[in-house]
Amino acid sequence: MAQRPLALRRGAAPAVLAGLAVAGLLALLNFGSLGAVAWRAETPGALGPADWAAVRFTLLQATLSALFSVGLAIPVARALARRSFVGRGWLITLLGAPFILPTIVAVLGLLAVFGRNGLFSAALALVGLEPVQIYGLHGVVIAHVFFNLPLATRLILQGWLAIPAERFRLAAALGMGPREVMGQLELPMLREVVPGAALVIFLVCLTSFAVALTLGGGPAATTVELAIYQAFRFDFDLSRAALLALVQFALCAGALVLAWMVAAPSALGGGLDRPVERWDTHARVLKLQDTALIALAALFLLTPLAMIVANGAPRLVALPAPVWEAAVRSLGVALGSTALCIGFALALALAAVRLEAAGRAGAAGLVEASGVAALAASPLVVGTGLFIIVFPVIDPARLALPVTALVNAAMALPFALRAVLPALRQSEAQFARLAESLGVRGVARLRLVTLPRLRRPLGFAAGLAAALSMGDLGVIMLFADQDAATLPMQLYRLMGAYRMADAAGAALLLLALSLGLFWAFDRGGRIGAAT
Amino acid sequence: MKYPIIAAGVLVAGMAHAQSEQPTLTVYTYESFVSDWGPGPVIEENFEAICACDLRLVGVGDGAELLGRLRLEGPRTDADVVLGLDTNLIARAEGTGLFAPHGIEAPEFDMPVDWDNPTFLPYDWGYFAFVYDSDVVFDPPESFGELIDSDLSVVIQDPRSSTPGLGLLMWVKAAYGDDAPEIWEGLAPRVLTVTQGWSEAYGLFTEGEADMALSYTTSPAYHLIAEDDPSYAAAVFEEGHYMQVEVAGRIAASDQPELAQEFLRFMLTDGFQGVIPTTNWMYPAVTPEGGLPEGFETLADPDTALLFSAQEAAELRDAALDEWLNALSR
Repeated sequence: MAQRPLALRRGAAPAVLAGLAVAGLLALLNFGSLGAVAWRAETPGALGPADWAAVRFTLLQATLSALFSVGLAIPVARALARRSFVGRGWLITLLGAPFILPTIVAVLGLLAVFGRNGLFSAALALVGLEPVQIYGLHGVVIAHVFFNLPLATRLILQGWLAIPAERFRLAAALGMGPREVMGQLELPMLREVVPGAALVIFLVCLTSFAVALTLGGGPAATTVELAIYQAFRFDFDLSRAALLALVQFALCAGALVLAWMVAAPSALGGGLDRPVERWDTHARVLKLQDTALIALAALFLLTPLAMIVANGAPRLVALPAPVWEAAVRSLGVALGSTALCIGFALALALAAVRLEAAGRAGAAGLVEASGVAALAASPLVVGTGLFIIVFPVIDPARLALPVTALVNAAMALPFALRAVLPALRQSEAQFARLAESLGVRGVARLRLVTLPRLRRPLGFAAGLAAALSMGDLGVIMLFADQDAATLPMQLYRLMGAYRMADAAGAALLLLALSLGLFWAFDRGGRIGAAT
Repeated sequence: MKYPIIAAGVLVAGMAHAQSEQPTLTVYTYESFVSDWGPGPVIEENFEAICACDLRLVGVGDGAELLGRLRLEGPRTDADVVLGLDTNLIARAEGTGLFAPHGIEAPEFDMPVDWDNPTFLPYDWGYFAFVYDSDVVFDPPESFGELIDSDLSVVIQDPRSSTPGLGLLMWVKAAYGDDAPEIWEGLAPRVLTVTQGWSEAYGLFTEGEADMALSYTTSPAYHLIAEDDPSYAAAVFEEGHYMQVEVAGRIAASDQPELAQEFLRFMLTDGFQGVIPTTNWMYPAVTPEGGLPEGFETLADPDTALLFSAQEAAELRDAALDEWLNALSR
């Protein structure tokens, strides 16, 4: 124990300081904006019974959505982890698409399949069954699973791929079958990875608003975020909005603590990065089962996307010039946001790992939490709070694009951390002592030892950050000027001008660009890797 | 990471200084007004041709968010004119004390109701209505009662987040008063779902997800004129139709009061009014010299126009919302 504080002082300090600075900035962004809203309030607010009903519904739908997303993602990720087939890489990339779409686009795609006139209902009619009724709590959960199953699958898949090849080799040498491999290797990994995945999906669903309302079928499906929106827009009750945002943070904190308590670090140790070969999965039944799982997941996730492509393709080329200009603007915002997000994620992850190594688990936890809190932040409260802070100083419209990039980076950060942190911990566990003994420290260590081992999670995180920023329609609405419209804004403007066909074309463009960015970064991170 | 923001701010500030010889008139309005497909660009061009000024249109969400933004900014606001509030918001807008009397001798308005508000001037109006596709719905309902008894599905907007959604609330209240809760209970099974805003509802409707959507009697004009598709129509209800009157007012603390009044005067001339029908898809408050565009004569023309005064609307709002929530939350 006596050596640990020493390790913190040596070489680690700059990393910790950078991480703490980022954590401070994020706290300012999330809580400073909330404070600004509360400060600006004219009267003290109180939460009414309708607000608590919204809290209950939010908890219910977010919990169910997280459980179903993760529950379904485990078998899909397992199937993907132990099978290789032509197009697997493409499939994994495409599966990420629902998550990064603007909600209205995804909802219309989903309804083209599960709606009254959707493909699914048409198929049911062929065999003489009634069309499905998607509106209700189950509709909300289906939509959230559609959005988040791919994310859960990817996060859990990362866990599978992080099990060193040597462990599978040893398991094979010991004659272990699928069941023993599950018990000895896969369950401990899941215990480490699943709570984190469930947590981020719970948080994503916590701030759901339009999806929950539309597919929930009416005001019974009022979430906290909608209550916040009502407090702003209908009642102009800023203190109630701030209170509701606090409730949202409290739910987030509760979920964080719960995930910490459940999660247990696995003790699988390091390996030599050999490609994983599996000896336990050759049984025919397992192959059939995996194939069926992958096919079902692909069908569920890709059919609505195919509908978006089919609806948008006729108008894509003829899209009006302002849409293309907005697309270029959005690409710029997305790239800026990605750079910020990756910088933040690295700083936070390094600080957390160094603090852990120094025996300061509590501080490490706080640093990590500061990166996750953005997910529970209400985009409306953050945007309004920033507006209140910025307005006396400078015309907010001038900051529209930089602020959007910053807030988007904060939004994508929890996913980036989720991907980067475990890989960094493993890298440090394996190589920190060797690097120390060779005197490889600071930037050199980052470049030679750490970054090469983080390529895959960093590529994934950058892809997600870019795509999320591309499709986001949060704070920009509160700041934007007439001439600074982003692609999602133009999409909504087209819809608002009755131009539904052009909007469908713009949706396809958005889908293509988001996926393209995601693919480019994600692939870049996987060059030379077996998967 | 602060440098790009500061650099961008300095850069833009520098550019703004370079072109500030002309006075700038800042008009806050809603998002869809400033869009490339809305009235904004043409109106900006028309006004700048006569005002020797720079017209800056700032789009902020919808009417209600516009008012919220104004309250956040208070007297320090950059806005000289606010355009895009409706009668449901006027009372609260007046309550902010931010507006000055328009002080303009208004022309005769071509609206089914009288207008004598000293602060706000109307620039366009429309009737809320349920729009349907006549290739799908052959026998449209002619009253709320017939809609309740039908097997049609409708998609409406949430009054907490949408202007038309609040309009429907007022429509039912104006037509049925204390019986509004029963109407809502009857309508509940017909409501397929409730959306955040107009775009989502109309999108669901045009995708064929619902038989009807709450919109305006003027909505079919878009399909007829821009898409050459005559199949859309608005169901005319015998109870009458609630109106939306969209208004503009000038900010008391403005540093361009004369220019603001010049804009309000311009707003009621053909250079503004002539743009409204085929960009905002509403009726102009003062019919332009050439009349309404061809196709508008085919639109449904309700016999009875319903509209609460600004004061009544403000008083009824919260109770009407509770009735709606109670009926539709079951």
